[in-house]
Amino acid sequence: MNAAGILQIVVYFAVLTAGAIPLGAYMARIYSGERTWLDPVLGPFERAIYKVCCVKPDQEQHWTVYAFSALMFSVVGLLLMYAVMRLQAMLPLNPAGQAAVPPDLAFNTAISFTTNTNWQNYGGESTMAYLTQMLGMTVKNFTSAATGMAVLVALVRGFARRQSKTVGNFYVDAVRSILYILLPLAVVVTLALVWQGMPQSFDAYTEATTLEGVKQVIAQGPVASQVAIKHLGTNGGGFFNANSAHPFENPTALSNLIEMAGELLISAGLVFAFGRMIGDKRQGRALYIAMALMLVVGITVCYWAEAAGNPLVQAMGVDVASSDLAPGGNMEGKEVRFGIANSAIFAAATTGTSTGAVNAMHDSFTPIGGMVPLVNMMLGEVIFGGVGCGLHGMIVFVIVAVFIAGLMVGRTPEYLGKKMETREVKLAVLCILIFPLSILGFGAVAMVLPAGLAGMSAAGPHGLSEVLYAYTSATANNGSAFGGLSGNTLFYNTTLAAAMLIGRFLIIVPTLAIAGSLAAKKIVPPSAGTFPTHGSLFIGLLIAVIVVIGGLTFFPVLALGPIVEHFALAAGTLF
Amino acid sequence: MIKQILPATLLTLLLTVLLGLGYPLAMTGIAGTLFPTQAHGSLIEKNGTVVGSALIGQTFAKPEYFHSRPSATTDADPADATKTVPSPYNAVNSMGSNAAPSSKAYIESTQALVDQIKAENPDARIPLPVDLVTASGSGLDPHASPAAIEYQLPRVAKAHGIAEAELRALVASQTEGRVFGILGEARVNVLKLNLALDERWPLAK
Repeated sequence: MNAAGILQIVVYFAVLTAGAIPLGAYMARIYSGERTWLDPVLGPFERAIYKVCCVKPDQEQHWTVYAFSALMFSVVGLLLMYAVMRLQAMLPLNPAGQAAVPPDLAFNTAISFTTNTNWQNYGGESTMAYLTQMLGMTVKNFTSAATGMAVLVALVRGFARRQSKTVGNFYVDAVRSILYILLPLAVVVTLALVWQGMPQSFDAYTEATTLEGVKQVIAQGPVASQVAIKHLGTNGGGFFNANSAHPFENPTALSNLIEMAGELLISAGLVFAFGRMIGDKRQGRALYIAMALMLVVGITVCYWAEAAGNPLVQAMGVDVASSDLAPGGNMEGKEVRFGIANSAIFAAATTGTSTGAVNAMHDSFTPIGGMVPLVNMMLGEVIFGGVGCGLHGMIVFVIVAVFIAGLMVGRTPEYLGKKMETREVKLAVLCILIFPLSILGFGAVAMVLPAGLAGMSAAGPHGLSEVLYAYTSATANNGSAFGGLSGNTLFYNTTLAAAMLIGRFLIIVPTLAIAGSLAAKKIVPPSAGTFPTHGSLFIGLLIAVIVVIGGLTFFPVLALGPIVEHFALAAGTLF
Repeated sequence: MIKQILPATLLTLLLTVLLGLGYPLAMTGIAGTLFPTQAHGSLIEKNGTVVGSALIGQTFAKPEYFHSRPSATTDADPADATKTVPSPYNAVNSMGSNAAPSSKAYIESTQALVDQIKAENPDARIPLPVDLVTASGSGLDPHASPAAIEYQLPRVAKAHGIAEAELRALVASQTEGRVFGILGEARVNVLKLNLALDERWPLAK
């Protein structure tokens, strides 16, 4: 660790906070249906969309109808994307002549992009046609993000409304998310990324003759338009196999900052929007501080572990010290232009949010460095989390936290004036239990079946980490991987797809049920006995609840994976 | 509830056209006008042929050139399509090694690489920097650290029969610092450096 690296972490948080606060104010207006400066341009367009699509914007939905709409919107998109992948060989815009995607891989990929996971069992440049990347990946990057944002908005309305039967209109929330937030930001970010060197063309792969006279075929394509929304929508599915480590997908340290800030911007902004929408900005600020604190800890641990490097490589007489002339540390799977600090920030940010893009290969991180992304996901993707999903996941933890606080003093817990009763607490616990059930359940199955064991590339504890990481990433809808795992098999394609569906829809539906239940309640004015949820005591309690639930659940399996690997490596034991 | 299927379907189709065709096509048009070089892959031409991209690394094996970092990219085995063979800097199949830090095979191959690079650079004046013995995440890293270039400098100078100080001046002109002095790391673009080297001290054909 050095001063230059720490300065970059500070710059990152400064850029993020400076962007998130105004964006939060803007998004609060969008979801409250207020006019914004984009209205004259986009307003007529928005109304035309509703007309063409038979959406009645004034018709509010009960939470069950809202959930059903979200599910239908996902299912139709999933089927369309599956069809495009299966038919790509017959469709235009396929200069590299990619063949049809095999059924199990297309199934896995369609679910992966529908659930905002963007786990990739394929290499983009060697599998997908340009048209597939556009009609499939790019579109899903928008729509899956908008679905998450809509669900959050419904939940926030649950708090803001009193004795209401409805929570909003799903289609309106989704369309407004895309039209007023995601699309304008994506246009700006696309152009910034091309400026930094990202390709955006339909050129066929270029054949170059290197200085030493060897042929080198260079893959490119309409990269920037997809990568922009891949980060803004916390999707993370790369245009190229190496994702944001690929110099075309992340050409410079500045593009890297844009991508890292982009993937937290909306999630962080929504926290501030939440505060405004419920009429108490302090509540949003408290959640922001809780999330930021956890992110800082993750980045610091990861940076420290990676900067220390691999002790066995150092023992070979290799210089791992960082300086102004060398990145040092553990550079396996990392790019020189990013070095150690930016790889650590990226790894923690991409897994704290549900983005899952990578600018360095997590599988080759040191055991503790690689445990940080794993733990971030296990905590439930609430360290800013996916757009929308992160905050609604965090609010579920808040419900549990106020419940625990209520137990301690013997009062009915309340949050933002809504009493948390049996139904809400049960639904919140259900959301939380889905995680270990899916991660440890599927992980255990893979550990005993030959088809599961066959996928591991590493022996010993690291092999367990690879499998554990895969099901954690799928359930958390993250999408990053310990890439050594051979996931493109019938077994992994199917079980990972199941984990992604569980992690998405078995959380969205109970969350919307909480929204519906809260919206129907009265708002109780705060009294002397109300536990304040905007102070440092509450922030501490909330973090403790998240860490204790995550820690108690996953510590045993972490001890068998990265923790034992760390001590083995220090002792010079190899596998 | 069934009534909700129609808007879901229509909205999906409309958004597919808008975001899947309209948005990328518009972006391609605008980006191609504003930033034509970058939009088409930052290709470098020399005497009318494309010699590579400024952003994509390539393999250098001759002692007269500065070498790139190790690359773990592969290609399909010509003898058996279900298998792969190493194919460094294969720009249609980007990947890292994904080697585990505790893997015996990884530590052994790294040791072999360290021995090989030390043998190739007997006159190196600094310790072997870590980025020169580790594969990048993409397998296409266009850069090496200034230390990795300095490590190879005595070998390259000797191969060209030139003074190290002269070569060091050329390297300095090709070294890029952190963006705005803050972001990222100092680096040298290996292809651009070798092109500059060719320009200044052409190789005997």
